Amino acid sequence: MTGPDDILVAEALTRRFDPRLTIGDRIAGALGAPVERRPLRAVTDVSFAIRRGETLGLVGESGCGKSTLGRMVAGILPQTSGRVTLDGKPVMARGRKTTTRIQTVFQDPFASLNPRRRIGETIAEGPIAHGIVTRAGAPAFIAEWLARVGLDPAVAQRFPHQFSGGQRQRVAIARALAMRPDLLVCDEPVASLDVSIQAQILNLFLELRQALGLTCLFISHDLSVVRHVADRVAIMYLGRIVEVGPAARIHAAPRHPYARALLDSVPKLRLDATSVTFRPIAGELPSPLAPPAGCAFHPRCPRASDLCRRERPDLVAGEDGAALACHHPEPAA
Amino acid sequence: MTAPLLSVRDLRTHFMTRAGVAKAVDGVSFDLAAGEILGLVGESGSGKSVTGFSLLGLVDPPGRIVGGSIRFQGRELVGMPPAALRALRGRHLAMVFQDPQATLNPVLTIGAQMALAVQAHERASDRAALDRAAAVLARVGIPEAARRLSAYPHEFSGGMRQRVAIATALLHGPALIVADEPTTALDVSIQAQILAKMKALAAESGTALIWISHDLATVSSLADRVLVMYAGRIVESGPVGAVLRAPLHPYTRGLLDSLPAMATPGEKLRQIPGAAPSLLALPAGCAFAPRCPRADAACAAPPPEVAQGSRRAACHHPLEAAA
Repeated sequence: MTGPDDILVAEALTRRFDPRLTIGDRIAGALGAPVERRPLRAVTDVSFAIRRGETLGLVGESGCGKSTLGRMVAGILPQTSGRVTLDGKPVMARGRKTTTRIQTVFQDPFASLNPRRRIGETIAEGPIAHGIVTRAGAPAFIAEWLARVGLDPAVAQRFPHQFSGGQRQRVAIARALAMRPDLLVCDEPVASLDVSIQAQILNLFLELRQALGLTCLFISHDLSVVRHVADRVAIMYLGRIVEVGPAARIHAAPRHPYARALLDSVPKLRLDATSVTFRPIAGELPSPLAPPAGCAFHPRCPRASDLCRRERPDLVAGEDGAALACHHPEPAA
Repeated sequence: MTAPLLSVRDLRTHFMTRAGVAKAVDGVSFDLAAGEILGLVGESGSGKSVTGFSLLGLVDPPGRIVGGSIRFQGRELVGMPPAALRALRGRHLAMVFQDPQATLNPVLTIGAQMALAVQAHERASDRAALDRAAAVLARVGIPEAARRLSAYPHEFSGGMRQRVAIATALLHGPALIVADEPTTALDVSIQAQILAKMKALAAESGTALIWISHDLATVSSLADRVLVMYAGRIVESGPVGAVLRAPLHPYTRGLLDSLPAMATPGEKLRQIPGAAPSLLALPAGCAFAPRCPRADAACAAPPPEVAQGSRRAACHHPLEAAA
């Protein structure tokens, strides 16, 4: 499923977290007591590619592995197996990030900005270290980036706590983009913002993406946000991608029953008294410590058969960058 | 017409902070009929949660209800002695909070804390209290409820914990439940389950519900009527469908236009410029005026109330309502 336009390729990415044993567990284990050491499989065998200039949306519920996947793509978290390459070169080598061409914007800019450093320094630190700008040129560089993200250049001397949530996210975007990345990984960049501020940040994102020709991996739990910014959407469930496709088609006619159920469960604005605005999915999310056998979605799936309980469906690539992992998909529209 | 279940008049809850008086709720008035579901919508700092907390007398210092009246089942709650309020709270008036992890006691089993909630208001044997708890847990959709009574909160998922919190609120069949962002911390699939359950429970038990949320879509799927708050005041109220179809207040319009779901994908959203004002220094006139595309010199004066049937808006230049 890779093509010549692909800038980023992830192949069979897997991330396992092994439980850290406490001293008590170790003593108990040494004395022969049963100690639970089941690994948590956050991401299992995920492959995908992002084309140059494309925004790929990554959607799923808590615990589905979308942030873990994003961190591996960004080169922040080493994978257990598999690999990520940017223009053919591995993003990580020997546990370290090898490129500055991938930058990240996180959900909580208060946690991702150094609270004791003036935001001007935060923005210029990376570019100075990597020779993008000289120390002498830094003040003008900082002013330019603050203006680009819609902040007054005079605020360069302030600290993160002097900004509102939306302004801090603007600083975080400036910090990431000042490194001139080719790929921007956004992990829930608007999830903690109020609706009116969220709209401002999404507009800024759309504007800068076009001006700079960015490629993006945009991670969110909010389907309407992803529908708005993404060209293609990948949907994750319990550590695996279950469906990928063009954003409009996924939104209008998803083929994986989980994708369908997820879309149906989001309340829509109800403009008249009678319309049904959401339909819940039955059941709870299974624990990633003990994923169900076969297709992980089968216990909650209305279309599940014996085959689904026995055999896990592979992610099969279709046309136009689409892919689907389901034995009994909904008919194509 | 019979008296409403709840009648709030000119409620003002202020926080006396070192930096000055923060007017979190400043002149809120509304009525709620028995069995009605009311959505209370606003962004952070709009005063929606403080309004909910004020109704139950749960505002802690430096916050204080400084004026207004809350009449519930004909009794005045503002200034009511704490003991009388405690007798009411949990029995006739209950609250569900955003974070069930913080609501539930981590060192008591689900059964033990629900039994305590039963016995706080009624003389009941432990056995009878536990039976009641199991019955209510089953009603909110917890499988094998009787067996789960001996579980601790950490053994439950977030969605299940919120069901326990809702079950606890339902124990005494209260006339009113105030729910503050009860599904915000939950995943969409679990949120949908809770919404469907809440809707069914409110209908079958005749409990009135005040649903506080920042999410217009969630409120619209549940509520009969909606109140939109901005900077401590109600700027618009009315039946959910009518308000969302054709808002009267420019702020409501702006909120709707900010939603990606309402826009063409990839197009710029029609954002509201600026940010909400500080509650310490609210403008003298309309608090939304600095961000409002329709604002002019008249907006420096307090906005008048515009009435259209059962709809209300506080605005000098309301938008035309569609016929």
